[in-house]
Amino acid sequence: MFPTSFSYHQAASVADAVAMLAGNPEAKILAGGHSLIPAMKLRLAAPGMLVDLGRVSELKGVSIEDGVTTIGAMTTYDELRFAEGVSEAFPILLDAINVIGDQQVRAHGTIGGALAHNDPGADLTAVFLALGGSVQVTGTSGERTVRGEDLFVDLWTTSLEPDEVITRVSLPVSAAGTLTAYKKHAHPASGYAVVGIAIAIEQADGVVSQASIVITGATSKPTRAATAERALVGKHLDHESIAQAAAVAAEGLEINGDTYASESYRAQLIKVLAKRAIESAVSR
Amino acid sequence: MAEAVAEGAKTKVTVTVNGQQRSASVEPRMLLVHFLRDELGLTGTHVGCDTSQCGACVVNVDGLTTKSCTKLAVQVDGSFVETIEGLADGDAYHPIQDAFWEKHGLQCGYCTPGMIMSTKALLERNPNPTEEEIRHELEGNMCRCTGYQNIVRSVQYAAQTMRKKATG
Repeated sequence: MFPTSFSYHQAASVADAVAMLAGNPEAKILAGGHSLIPAMKLRLAAPGMLVDLGRVSELKGVSIEDGVTTIGAMTTYDELRFAEGVSEAFPILLDAINVIGDQQVRAHGTIGGALAHNDPGADLTAVFLALGGSVQVTGTSGERTVRGEDLFVDLWTTSLEPDEVITRVSLPVSAAGTLTAYKKHAHPASGYAVVGIAIAIEQADGVVSQASIVITGATSKPTRAATAERALVGKHLDHESIAQAAAVAAEGLEINGDTYASESYRAQLIKVLAKRAIESAVSR
Repeated sequence: MAEAVAEGAKTKVTVTVNGQQRSASVEPRMLLVHFLRDELGLTGTHVGCDTSQCGACVVNVDGLTTKSCTKLAVQVDGSFVETIEGLADGDAYHPIQDAFWEKHGLQCGYCTPGMIMSTKALLERNPNPTEEEIRHELEGNMCRCTGYQNIVRSVQYAAQTMRKKATG
């Protein structure tokens, strides 16, 4: 299978890419290409132009400074998980990256690409929301910061303008003692999340002070399980409080069903995986 | 920076394949696997599913394990590409090829070039993988004949002989 014809520009810099996007409304950004190129081969996508960010070195690299981790948008999953300090600061990133696609996807897929693509079955979108991340974006009207909760709009849709490029992903380094984990039921053929759950739980004086429980795979965009979060806050984490929160994890969510997993099966998976994610975070 | 390559126009792509510099003029939409097979005549790299799922087309690009059906040739201009044809030293098989022979890691052989190239990337990063690590890292390579048992044994055998060789 071949993509339809398109014109191709290898961007030299972010400014070059933005100028090219602004001048060519039919253009799409090529990042790692492991979602876009398969979609183009199936003719589900047929952009008139690709602006390739593959050689833009200013978009690479990971730094952890002053409590914030800054990740260049074109950093691959493998570069991210093996970057110095990442496995200690963000064990949840290792949980998630280990179960993304397969080794070839982990070698080429990028964090900026994953967030901009916003696939409903993506893993890192949920982790990014659970950790309170934000993205730095550059377009013709300049730079701006978009918080995670404002980035994801709907299936494969973000609040980015057509001429905007994600340049950096920022993740606040969690407070000491924050419990995090990602658990997933992967589709056996595609590897995408049928249900994925990212959690980040902060505690103070032996009780939960803040809880983020984010669902992916089952919903049109990564979504917080607010009922379960509320059920945890103020509680001491034990077998009973975890089971109670997990039992209400699917409440209030708009859950999608398909031929592989019905709405009710996904709701059940949410409850099971929420429990496993919290237990795994506690036992880490 | 160069101008954009217009729709339907061709541009020259040069890659170093198995140590040899090779060039061809191709459209931006040409996939790396077709560049290797149709432009350079290196048909050892196979097209299996063509939907980025089976791993039959895996090659190494600048040391990274790569589905060549999921890369455009223009993306790898200037890169170093290693394919199955680059492994043997004359008539002498590479230890990974030997291992697949020795441990019956193939039946029909269609997935084998991809399996072997994925194995090479795996063993370069991790010379002594556990069985679990082997299965996890080769998850992107499908085999419809062997049930994977002998492939895992082949990788373990290759790892063993390559470690021995490395330590003399």
